[in-house]
Amino acid sequence: MDLYEYQGKELFRRYGLPTGEGCLARTPAEARAAAEELGGSVVVKAQVLTGGRGKAGGVKVATSPPEAETHAAAILGMDIKRHTVRRLWVERTTEIAREYYLSLTLDRGAKKPLFMFTTEGGVEIEEVAARNPEVLVRLHVDPLEGFHPWHGRALTFGAGIADAAERRQIERLCAQLYDAFTGCDATLCEINPLVVTAAGELLALDAKVSIDDNALYRHEDIAAMHDPETVPVEERAAREKGVTYVKLDGEIGILGNGAGLVMSTLDLVAIAGGRPANFCDLGGGGGAQGVVDALEVISADPQVRAIFFNVFGGITRCDEVARGILQALGQITIAQPIVVRFDGTNAEEGRLLLAEAGLPNLHAEPTMLEAAKRAVELAR
Amino acid sequence: MAIIVDKSTRLVVQNLTGREGSFHALRNRAYGTQVVAGAAPGHGGEDVEGIPVFNTVREAVAETGANAAATFVPARFAADALYEAIDAGLETIVCITEGIPVHEMLRLHRYARTHEVTLIGPNCPGVISPGKANVGIIPAEIFAQGSVGLVSRSGTLTYQIGYELAQLGLGNTTVIGIGGDAIVGSSFIDILGRFEIDPETEIVVMVGEIGGDEEEKAARFVAEQMTKPVFAYIAGFTAPPGKTMGHAGAIISGSSGTAQAKKEALEACGIEVGTTPTEVAQLVYERTRR
Repeated sequence: MDLYEYQGKELFRRYGLPTGEGCLARTPAEARAAAEELGGSVVVKAQVLTGGRGKAGGVKVATSPPEAETHAAAILGMDIKRHTVRRLWVERTTEIAREYYLSLTLDRGAKKPLFMFTTEGGVEIEEVAARNPEVLVRLHVDPLEGFHPWHGRALTFGAGIADAAERRQIERLCAQLYDAFTGCDATLCEINPLVVTAAGELLALDAKVSIDDNALYRHEDIAAMHDPETVPVEERAAREKGVTYVKLDGEIGILGNGAGLVMSTLDLVAIAGGRPANFCDLGGGGGAQGVVDALEVISADPQVRAIFFNVFGGITRCDEVARGILQALGQITIAQPIVVRFDGTNAEEGRLLLAEAGLPNLHAEPTMLEAAKRAVELAR
Repeated sequence: MAIIVDKSTRLVVQNLTGREGSFHALRNRAYGTQVVAGAAPGHGGEDVEGIPVFNTVREAVAETGANAAATFVPARFAADALYEAIDAGLETIVCITEGIPVHEMLRLHRYARTHEVTLIGPNCPGVISPGKANVGIIPAEIFAQGSVGLVSRSGTLTYQIGYELAQLGLGNTTVIGIGGDAIVGSSFIDILGRFEIDPETEIVVMVGEIGGDEEEKAARFVAEQMTKPVFAYIAGFTAPPGKTMGHAGAIISGSSGTAQAKKEALEACGIEVGTTPTEVAQLVYERTRR
C-alpha cells in the first residue's frame, strides 16, 4: 500500500524525523485557511500516488492565503498521470541551502534493507544512478542485527558530508528512518529531497512510503490511511468479494485459478492477437460463489467482449468447477461469450457437463492456446 | 534419488488439527509420505486419524524422529512456527502459508541460513518426489516418476507444465514450488544446485515469473555451474508495471523484474525459453529424443 506524502510525513514524525509544518486541504477554502494558519508563504502540493507532480504543475508556491486558494483551485481535480488530485498538502515554505537524497528500500536480491544516500538530491534517483553512480552511496543492513551507528557514518562520510554537526544530524536521521522502516513494516521509505535549510537544519521535504500489505493487520492506523478512491471501481468491487483482480486495458476478460497460470493466460491471449482486460485469480479453489463473484466483476466491465475461463484442475476437480460455472450462469446473466479451457483432474467430465448444458454462449476448447485464439475471435 | 523429500522423509505437520493441515496431511500420508506427527499448541495427546499430535515441534521430534515439517500455520503466527521448526533441528521445512510479512521473512531467511535447514516457501504449493513422498498441497496424481526436475514460483502453472510433460510420457524426479513471495527460503539457484548433483535428474525445467531478479541470477548459475540442460518458462509478459499480479512477489518495480528482461537473460546464457507451457514441455521432449 502506497501512502500519500502527508501520510508518510505523519509516520516520519512519529519516529522523530524532522518534517515541515503543514495542513491537509481538500477544497480551495481549506487551502486558504491552512495558509492563514501557517502564516507567511506556503507551498501547495498535489497529493497523488505517482511521481512527476512538479513537472505537471501540481506543486505551487503561494505568498498569501488568497494565492494559496487560487493555486488550490487550479490543482484540485488536475489529472497527473491518470491520478486525479483530490487532496492537497499545504506546507510552510523552507529556505533551501542544499538538497540531498536518502532512502531505505527492501533489496529483494540481497534480501536485506538497503540505504541509498547522495548529496545530489531533488532529482530522480534513477537519473543520478545512471549518470553519476559513484556519488550514490549504497549500504545494506543485516536484518537480524538491525541498525548500528556505523551505518550512519558510512553513509555520511561516504557521501562526503564535511560539516560535523550536519553529519551527526543525518546519522541520527538514518537511525530514525530505519526504525520507521521496520516499525511500520515499510518496503520503501524515500526522502527526496532531504534538505539542509539556510539555518543548517535537516528537513524531510517529501516522503514516499510503501507499506507491506501482508503486515497491515498489525498497523490498523496505517491501514485506515488507505484511500479507496485510488483503486479502480472494478478492483474495489472485486476486493470486497475477496477476488484478486487487476484492471487492464484490453477486451478479453480473464479468470483462472492460481496467479502464475493467470499470468500465463494473459500472455497467451496476447500471443493469439488479443488484449487482456484484466487479471483475475480465483485462487486454489473454484467453488460456485467465487465463480459468480468473479464473473460478475468481469462481465460488468464495458470493455470486455469475451471471457476466457482457464482452469487447471488439481485438488479442485474440473467437474466441480463446471458445476460452479453452470450454477453461476443460472444466477446471473452474462452477455459476453465465455470460452472455457479445462485441464488436469476430471477435465473430460467437466467439459462433458458444459456440453450437456447446451448453452450457446459457452465454448469449451481443449488447450490454452486454442482457447485463447477462440476468445480473441469471439471478441472481434 | 530425488531431492528435498523422499522415502526417508519423516514429516511433522504444524497445525495438523486445522482444516487445511489435516486435509493435506492425510492426502500426503495416503500418497505414501511418512507423516509421523502433528504439532499444535494445546492439542498435545490428541491424534488425527492415528497421527499423534504434540504441543511443540521439539516434542514431536523427540518422540517420533521427525526430520521435516510442513507448515500450515496462519500468517500472523507462521514466522514463530518456522523459528520453532528451525530450532527443533529439522532438515527440511516446507511452508505453505501465504501472507507472512516481508520483514519477518527477511529475518527468517537470514536465520535459516545460519542453520543446516532447507526452507521451502512460504506461499508455496510444496514439494513432491513422485513415487516417494509428497509434502504440501500439490495434487500428486498429475505427476509421473521420471528424470525431469521441475522448479517454479507458481502452483497451478507448475501443475500445468507437469501435466503436459506427463502427457508426453515424461516424469519428474522432484517438483518444487519455491513460493510466490518476494522473499522465500530457497531460491532457484539453491534448487538448481541440488538438481545438478542429483544422479537421477537429467533435465531441469524452471518456471519463473515477473518480479525480482532470481531468474537472472539463475541464468548465470546455469551457464557457469551446471552441466545438465535447463529449459525455462516465464509468465507475465503482459503484466503492467507497479501492479501486484496475485503473488506478493510478482510485481514489476520501475523497469526491473520484467518477463522480457528475464527471457533475455536466460537466452543470453543459452537457456531455451518456451513461449507457452505446451512449448516448454515440447522442448524438453525433443531434447530427450536426441
